[in-house]
Amino acid sequence: MTDLSMTTPQNPSKTGSNLRKIALRWGLYLILGVFVLYYVMPLYVMITTSLKSLEEIRTGSLMALPRDVTFDAWATAWSGACTGIQCEGLKPYFWNSVLMAVPAVALSTFLGAMNGYVIAQWNFKGANLIFSLMLFGCFIPFQVVLLPMARMLGLMGLAGSIPGLIFVHVIYGIGFTTLFFRNYYVTIPQDLVKAAKVDGAGFIRIFWSIFLPLSLPIIVVTVIWQFTQVWNDFLFGVSFSQAGTQPVTVALNNIVNSTTGVKEYNVDMAAAIIAALPTLFVYIVAGKYFIRGLTAGSVKG
Amino acid sequence: MDPILNIQNLYKNYGSVEILKDINVSIDPGDFLVLVGPSGCGKSTLLNCIAGLEPITSGRLDIGGQDMTDVSPKDRDIAMVFQSYALYPTMTVAKNITFGMKVRGVDAATQEAKLNEVAKQLQMEQLLQRRPGQLSGGQRQRVAMGRALVRDPKLFLFDEPLSNLDAKLRVEMRTEIKKLHQTLGASMVYVTHDQIEAMTLATKIVVMRGGVIQQIGTPAEIYNRPANMFVADFMGSPAMNLIPAKAQSNGEGSKIEIARDGHAPIVLHDTKNRDLPENVVLGLRPEDIAEPGYRSGQYVQKAECHVDIVEPAGADTFVVMQLGGKHVTARLHSDTDAQAGQSHPLAFDFSKVSYFEPNTGQRLN
Amino acid sequence: MSDWLENHLPKAVLAPSFIAVLIFVYGFIAWTGWVSFTRSRLLPKYEIEGIIQYERLFASPRWDTAMNNLLLFGALFIVISMVLGLLLAILLDQQIRTEGVIRTIYLYPMALSMIVTGTAWKWILNPGLGIEAMVRGWGFESFTFDWLVNPDYAIYTVVLAGVWQSSGFVMALFLAGLRSVDEEIIKAAQVDGIPTWRIYSAIIIPSMAPIFLSAFIVLAHLAIKSFDLVIALTGGGPGYATDLPATYMYAMAFSRGDIGQAASSAMVMMGVVFAIVVPYLYSELRPRND
Repeated sequence: MTDLSMTTPQNPSKTGSNLRKIALRWGLYLILGVFVLYYVMPLYVMITTSLKSLEEIRTGSLMALPRDVTFDAWATAWSGACTGIQCEGLKPYFWNSVLMAVPAVALSTFLGAMNGYVIAQWNFKGANLIFSLMLFGCFIPFQVVLLPMARMLGLMGLAGSIPGLIFVHVIYGIGFTTLFFRNYYVTIPQDLVKAAKVDGAGFIRIFWSIFLPLSLPIIVVTVIWQFTQVWNDFLFGVSFSQAGTQPVTVALNNIVNSTTGVKEYNVDMAAAIIAALPTLFVYIVAGKYFIRGLTAGSVKG
Repeated sequence: MDPILNIQNLYKNYGSVEILKDINVSIDPGDFLVLVGPSGCGKSTLLNCIAGLEPITSGRLDIGGQDMTDVSPKDRDIAMVFQSYALYPTMTVAKNITFGMKVRGVDAATQEAKLNEVAKQLQMEQLLQRRPGQLSGGQRQRVAMGRALVRDPKLFLFDEPLSNLDAKLRVEMRTEIKKLHQTLGASMVYVTHDQIEAMTLATKIVVMRGGVIQQIGTPAEIYNRPANMFVADFMGSPAMNLIPAKAQSNGEGSKIEIARDGHAPIVLHDTKNRDLPENVVLGLRPEDIAEPGYRSGQYVQKAECHVDIVEPAGADTFVVMQLGGKHVTARLHSDTDAQAGQSHPLAFDFSKVSYFEPNTGQRLN
Repeated sequence: MSDWLENHLPKAVLAPSFIAVLIFVYGFIAWTGWVSFTRSRLLPKYEIEGIIQYERLFASPRWDTAMNNLLLFGALFIVISMVLGLLLAILLDQQIRTEGVIRTIYLYPMALSMIVTGTAWKWILNPGLGIEAMVRGWGFESFTFDWLVNPDYAIYTVVLAGVWQSSGFVMALFLAGLRSVDEEIIKAAQVDGIPTWRIYSAIIIPSMAPIFLSAFIVLAHLAIKSFDLVIALTGGGPGYATDLPATYMYAMAFSRGDIGQAASSAMVMMGVVFAIVVPYLYSELRPRND
């Protein structure tokens, strides 16, 4: 069959297969387009709902664009919505999350870099066992540490405080940050450390002068990963915080599920978007690194 | 003169695996020592032990007359060039070269002066502000050399520095390293798996296998009087012919009989060596089997051989035949009329012949 | 002396993290394990009383529902995410001009908190004002889509939202896998005249087995840990209809004051994760002898 078409070019069959190709192409784009709608729809609904008035929500359709755009819901969500008894909006909790995430991310990234450097380049007896034990720590269901951690934070005087949450996020973030840096540093030839040793540099000097300047890509990946994890966390937030120190995810859940007063769907949606903005922003600005972190965290290094 | 490097009874184990066994080497100032052997023979480990990058299990290691056995690399007064060059990727060439001085707190003016001196010596002044990623393989190699040179150490260590270069560049750099050694008069230890590199560069060669030193000697000694069949086979290209033969003392010398498939055995007379055991392995370099017209002297013996393959290689033509059940290569002049499948007269020059014990492989004469 | 310090510095640097992991991971698991064998209620007790907590747990209809839900949710969530992820990856692998944009759109839910995802879907699936109301508004008066409040179907809304959140990530994994297949093999197959779908089914997909495993592990792990999504979407309701082990454990620990039950349910979760992850980690870490 191939022989035939090669020796005698047949115009009808050729245009036929071209048509089929074009149809296939269109079909392909159609399917991809349908899934684009599936993934975009919730975000679209959230945004449009947040810009509608309650009246319009009750009378209009879910998918309809807002007739009168109003930012009242956003203002309420930011500074007036009730999370139970308090009605100060998301604002204080948003800052709680910032205060929690920044130190937690910085500390766990720093520790991960040092640990990864040691495990990848200064391999000593038992280092791999330690690495395996740390790695396994990434996979435990955190429910299994909730109870003792609650008591431990109490003993340390950190119960219900933001430093307590930072502590928890650093402890349970080390496994992943170490994994990231270890897998990155293990690709750097060992000769580099040897050369620097002969040059007279020591452990700290080699890290500072040679490895750290090389690490920008993996630092970005790790920071993004950790930031997303810490910002989006709910379990630790709801377990180890108290009124006033709650992170934004817990506050959002409280706003949405608060039973007092009228259900303000537009405020719920505005609050949800506010809570999602930092991580969405990071994703849009540095999506490449975000994906690298996701895949690095799951595919072997 | 005190040896610049003296290694005594050095052992190196990884767990229960012995990597290096009873290493004893010593070199004088100005020596160019080459450690050569197949991969996995322990030569790089030995170099790392000399550098202090690997602790040794037992034994003693002196550099410049001082016990350095437990001294860290930075205090051994050595410089090292790595196979991968190990250039610091985020630093410029200049920073790469001066990093060692910076770490040691050398003042900026001295750093600058030394950098310029080395850059001039290696003709890389125009590269100083570039990063390793922007350099070609040959240029990186130069930078790695520069980083070692600038330190002006007691001992230079090279770990297969040329093996990542292409063939042409490798020959050029080889010459350059040799020139450098001659002008500096420095002491060097050089690891390679390339026996030609070893022959051309060394003043002293250590042939290693399985963590054990097989032979130590000058290139000429190693080439002409290999201590065993491994060294004979490893050094030289094409390799030394190792032909099973029967020996019988007669008169001043020995009668050597080499069996052949389908032909009568070749009988040769070695007038130099006697009292050999009956079964020997005869070792002859390809160049010691030549055309009769090109060789003369009292140790030359002629014989008719059946040629199997003719391989012209420019200046020389190699012919391969079957002797004693082995492929035997002879190096003939390129204008030879030897033809595959035909008989050809050859001259066997016994002046540099080697004999080995077939079972132990040790040299007999 | 300074050499001694230098030689031990790497260990000293690793030590704090190692000790932290020993205490806060392994020590805490041991503590929870211990408490799961006691009669602890509001406060932990340390006298071992045997397996009464586990007997109570397995006799509890609520736990039974939670485990069944986990099985149903986990199976659907994993299978649908994998199938959808693979399909989207293959479709996107056909030299799509706008691939970058589409990929970004498919993957953005992964950047969101599960609480945000739950909140959004809760609103969309709300029978009174969401999709049901919208379709009725189009004239289909008898249309019903009340899964969110229907105890028999509520768990499927969790699957829907979970798949929405995670399938893009699976797609990214598979896409990376598709791209890492040796191009020469594909070219050789094309030269041999093998049709595209056969190239995928016979060559590319089988060579991605490790990625299937990775995706499975990550999704299984997400499913077992799922807590926030259920809390935000259904709150475990209606009734206990969408309870998962994670929400059961939380309820016992922090609302019911039944530490013994919380500990034993956490240990069961741990066991499930252990059974899945340990063989995986073992196989990942073993062949690399560095």
